[in-house]
Amino acid sequence: MDIDLIITSFPKLIIASITTLKLLSVSLLIGLFIGLFFAVLRINNNFIFGKIAYVYSYIFRGTPLLVQIFIIYYGFGQVEFIRESIFWIILKEPYWCAVIAFALNTGAYTSEILRSAFQTIKPGLIEAGKSLGVNNKIIFYKIQIPIAIRQSLPAYGNEIILMLKGTSLASTVTLMDLTGVAKYIISTTFKPIEVFIIAGSIYLFFTFIIHNIIKILEKKYSF
Amino acid sequence: MELLAFGKTGWGDELFLATLMTIAVSITAMLIGFIFALIFTPLKLSKNKFLNYIANFYTTIIRGVPELLVIYLFFFGGSGAIMYVASVFGYNKYIEINAFLTGAFSIGIISGAYSTEVFRGALQSIDRGQFEASNVLGFNKIIRFYKIIFPQMLRLSIPNLSNVWQITLKDTSLISVTGLVEIMRQSYIAAGSTRDPLFFYTFAAVLYLLLTFLSMRFINRMEVKYNKGF
Repeated sequence: MDIDLIITSFPKLIIASITTLKLLSVSLLIGLFIGLFFAVLRINNNFIFGKIAYVYSYIFRGTPLLVQIFIIYYGFGQVEFIRESIFWIILKEPYWCAVIAFALNTGAYTSEILRSAFQTIKPGLIEAGKSLGVNNKIIFYKIQIPIAIRQSLPAYGNEIILMLKGTSLASTVTLMDLTGVAKYIISTTFKPIEVFIIAGSIYLFFTFIIHNIIKILEKKYSF
Repeated sequence: MELLAFGKTGWGDELFLATLMTIAVSITAMLIGFIFALIFTPLKLSKNKFLNYIANFYTTIIRGVPELLVIYLFFFGGSGAIMYVASVFGYNKYIEINAFLTGAFSIGIISGAYSTEVFRGALQSIDRGQFEASNVLGFNKIIRFYKIIFPQMLRLSIPNLSNVWQITLKDTSLISVTGLVEIMRQSYIAAGSTRDPLFFYTFAAVLYLLLTFLSMRFINRMEVKYNKGF
């Protein structure tokens, strides 16, 4: 056990974990909107929109995240018209490629979580809203969404933790996040166990915090 | 399409072999995971606080730490650890461990943590009456487990194990960082030499989709088969 290595690499890994948290929060935020959009398409009775949303979530849940990142980062750079379009400003940055891949991936899982949450809402609640003369938009925003959020909190908490682990893949597209820096230190010092202990504890610490925040939210919104 | 031709001109045969490699690693990892799960599930359910603590430590760590980090630990640390054990027995030469075994083992440890949770859930949902009935009939503990509890546990855990299988199958793509030639690594090689990453990575995605699709059909059929009479 090399205590010196633990002490010297700890600040480096803490700084790198800021990148991890940034990736996580940005992609979760975008992914939430994508998920909500596709969940609404799924519960809509329109056959074509429902199918599109189903295919989207099937593809992104059925393929590894690594493939998705590689397609966006290496694959799209090869296409001429993407390189000439304005999207290239975003797609040439590994950071945004990773964010797009993570957001699309978590969006697929989130859409499934929200869909099942919407479907478990008792129809009586919506009917009660209608019979009170509330219009459809307000029923959606004031009745369906709050209940769906409450229903999906435990599953969404798991998804946040899975995504936290998923951000480690950003290191494969040259981003120096927590795993990226950990790998760099391991491959220069050849002391994998020490580095694993610190990086692993930082990840576990984040998992612990996310878990507890979700628990508090669950208590707050329980009925 | 000629990029996918079999033989020397295309990448079809290489990608086919790589797909077989992915399947082989996934199955090996899943089996290693079962061994871990069969060790840790009893610990998790035991009345001994200390044994509980060990099992919880394992599942919490593995499920809270990124898969890639676990793979790096075994990839960089595996041969060192084995060489250390060998040096205790007086063998001091360099030992290189096979990428397949390192990969299958690291993914196996990960899938074992998930399988442990699945088996625990399945065991806890077996009717208490089954345990009591087998006690009344005078079966000893070992026969009770193998003949009565274990088969029921397997049946109850099939739906959740199919999730673990999907996770394991997708996690094997991460072993490509260690150089094992499975779908991801082969696509990387092909993309590098043909400068057509979009095509090859999209094709890799299609292969993974095909694998998940086919295995889901197979598992669904198995589920129907084992649910006969329930």
